[in-house]
Amino acid sequence: MDVELRGITKRFGDVIANSDVNLSIRAGEILGLLGENGAGKTTLMNILSGLYRPDKGEILIDGKPVRIESAKDAIRAGIGMVHQHFMLVPVFTVAENVVLGVEPVGRLDWLDLKTARKQVEEISAQHGLDVDPDAIIEELPVGIQQRVEIIKVLFRAASVLIFDEPTAVLTPQEVEEFFEIVRSLRDSGKALVFISHKLHEVLKVANRISVLRDGKIVGEADPKTATDAELAELMVGRPISLGVEKKPATPGPPLLEARHLKVLNEREEFAVNDVDLTICAGEVVGVAGVQGNGQTELVEAVTGMRPVASGTLSFLGQDITRASTRQCHRLGMAHIPEDRRRSGIIGEFTIAENMVLNTYYDSRYSSGITLRWPDVYKASARNVADFDVRTPSIFNLSGNLSGGNQQKLVVARELSRDVKLIVAAQPTRGLDVGSVDYVHDRIIEARDAGVGVLMVSTELDEIMALSDRILVMFRGRIVKEFDAAKATIGEIGLAMAGVA
Amino acid sequence: MSEQTKRESLSEQLLQRATVSRFDVEQVVIVPVLAVVLALIIGGVVMLATGVAPQAVAQSYAALFTGSLGSVYALSETLTAATPLTLAALGIALGFRAGLFNIGAEGQIILGGIGAVVVGFSFAGLPIYLHLPLALLAGALGGAAWAAIAGWLRAATGAHEVIITIMLNLTSMRLLTYLLRNPPIQNPERTDPISKSVLESAQLPHLLDWLEPNLRLDAGIFVAIAAVVFVYWILFRTTIGFEFRASGLNPDAARYAGMRSGFIIVAVMALSGALAGLAGANQVLGVIGRVSPNFSGGIGFDAIAVALLGRSHPVGVLIAGLLFGALQAGGRQMQASAGVSLDLISIIQALIIIFVAAPVLIRKVFPWPFRSKAK
Repeated sequence: MDVELRGITKRFGDVIANSDVNLSIRAGEILGLLGENGAGKTTLMNILSGLYRPDKGEILIDGKPVRIESAKDAIRAGIGMVHQHFMLVPVFTVAENVVLGVEPVGRLDWLDLKTARKQVEEISAQHGLDVDPDAIIEELPVGIQQRVEIIKVLFRAASVLIFDEPTAVLTPQEVEEFFEIVRSLRDSGKALVFISHKLHEVLKVANRISVLRDGKIVGEADPKTATDAELAELMVGRPISLGVEKKPATPGPPLLEARHLKVLNEREEFAVNDVDLTICAGEVVGVAGVQGNGQTELVEAVTGMRPVASGTLSFLGQDITRASTRQCHRLGMAHIPEDRRRSGIIGEFTIAENMVLNTYYDSRYSSGITLRWPDVYKASARNVADFDVRTPSIFNLSGNLSGGNQQKLVVARELSRDVKLIVAAQPTRGLDVGSVDYVHDRIIEARDAGVGVLMVSTELDEIMALSDRILVMFRGRIVKEFDAAKATIGEIGLAMAGVA
Repeated sequence: MSEQTKRESLSEQLLQRATVSRFDVEQVVIVPVLAVVLALIIGGVVMLATGVAPQAVAQSYAALFTGSLGSVYALSETLTAATPLTLAALGIALGFRAGLFNIGAEGQIILGGIGAVVVGFSFAGLPIYLHLPLALLAGALGGAAWAAIAGWLRAATGAHEVIITIMLNLTSMRLLTYLLRNPPIQNPERTDPISKSVLESAQLPHLLDWLEPNLRLDAGIFVAIAAVVFVYWILFRTTIGFEFRASGLNPDAARYAGMRSGFIIVAVMALSGALAGLAGANQVLGVIGRVSPNFSGGIGFDAIAVALLGRSHPVGVLIAGLLFGALQAGGRQMQASAGVSLDLISIIQALIIIFVAAPVLIRKVFPWPFRSKAK
């Protein structure tokens, strides 16, 4: 089945999300859709999957114009979307999740789970997905959960599959397996759209690449001949340097030391189990690992947000095992949190208010009782300008910023003050190439100025690019340490999977 | 232009305030006004449906108007009713801002009233400039302490404040009945449950009795206005208000920013209770002069509606408090001169809240004044 988008235009108020977009998706082909955050990728795909209606333009399926006005229409037309965040019921089995909403029914309208199981097994076998229909979702690794999402879409007889940032949550090994699946789907005649900001992945798996910028298609590329740099330039609209240029680190005295650190998670298990860790001034220590192996809890313990169960933490020679978050901030710790929407910013606060979210009590901004708003505004405006947060005014709500600009806001807040240690969790998650580059440069700049950096990331590229030392965390323990200059992705990937 | 000057001019631009969007104006101004209009229309339909003659409906609404705004007496009644509503609603609004649903204003009003009356009938011989502030303070402290129990339980054990404050409401009503039947609070000359009277030195002075003796408006209105300013100041000018608002909008971000959530919960509840307590003190020291079993009269529940209608903004709460005060004063007139039950006013109040909570409905019924698209 071929899908053709013609002249699609979509406005939200004054913002043009898509402007006269032409795009063709063909059977037996993987289309890579590249674009910065806010370029209009998601809007475009939401139009295709029936969540939005375009203001102008038409959608043709196999040459015939169709109207897609709801998600149901899209499913009926054979268009399915695999979302970045899975839409699965954790306590249901694979088969139950797959048939949810389109359950096969038997006599007296009873749920016919037997047929459901059989169909899931068939689809699974047909595309080499290898998923047990009776497994409970929450007990499955993320990579398998993603396959369940794919089966869900296939079960609804989709011939066009749209993947939104599908590799964001996977280990390098899982990414390889995922690519195999995608290729096998393509070979069976499906049309696929692969949305990503990871250039090399798109180059590797796509048959054709379209690049969106500011709502418009700015170019198409052939992955056989295109290069990372060309694509990045197309996306951003100006030449940018890929990769981080950095001098070798010159580590100073130790800043942060953890000894036999144990931290509990919500389920009262040791999420961090006997971790020893030293971060020195002027070095970047990257903690690699698949999400959910204790990195979140480690970061929260270091920054005073989560109590330490046993062991000790010290910072600048002071014991901070029981220190509060406020005390850690005051000692010169910056924290770029893992999930900016959940905890990094307050969407209903203005940019200025967010800029002082954890420094408002400081004598620069407050008299002790009242806030000195003029000083807050002045500092915010300066930081916004310095850190290139794109906004017309600091009085705009930060919830209206794009993801990349929200992250720049967080980075601006954390790095604009005098810090000794940066604790950065997923500092570039969901950012576009231009912003990633920017945040990386800032982190290295801080390192060169003698700041210690503890960086947690599930993106191995980021770990490799920034770190001076790499620690791999698996099931709450540091299982391996690498010298970043000598480590290979393969070695680290194996350690992340708990093999080495 | 050098990089430096470029940045400086950019920060100048950034300091320009964004213009208020059309959508916000419609949502904050037009929707509430039309909600009142629609509620009045439906109130009229209800009257017609229950057999009230069309002329009587017109007469009722005329009485509603004259009874609330039509004379000095009407205005005095409106303001007298608006004062405790505004005070208690400010407390509830403060809670909303911090993400806490303080449903216990009624109980805090009762405790505030008890505190105020005890100080009010004791300390004979104190001059008014000491006695009155002391009695008001006792009211505020009574409400604050009562609400702080709920705050502390929430912070220490995670028990939900809605449940606790409901229970504390019930407890406070029983406590009041008990206290009113026993010394030292019960008036020894009476057999029914009624407290001793507040001494003159602790009464909120009536402001207009020089015009006409039955004008009840008292100095409590100044307390309410001061409270509006105070709550605005706390919320938008102080560091603790910043913490309140941050925890209300995003508790995770507040925790990340190192704010002490337990302290904030207790502080917000105590402040919220203090304002409700002042509402109780206002009734005792200004309107009634003593405490009787039902002196709180459901103000604490109406105040929830006022806080919602005022969108938890101090100025909005003041306007909403005045509106509800007018409805109550006018409603009494309506009952007296047109014979329509005061319950109709409750229906109208409830309808207003429903329509404010469902702005899409208002936009559907009155599409004309709206130019921006609903989000």
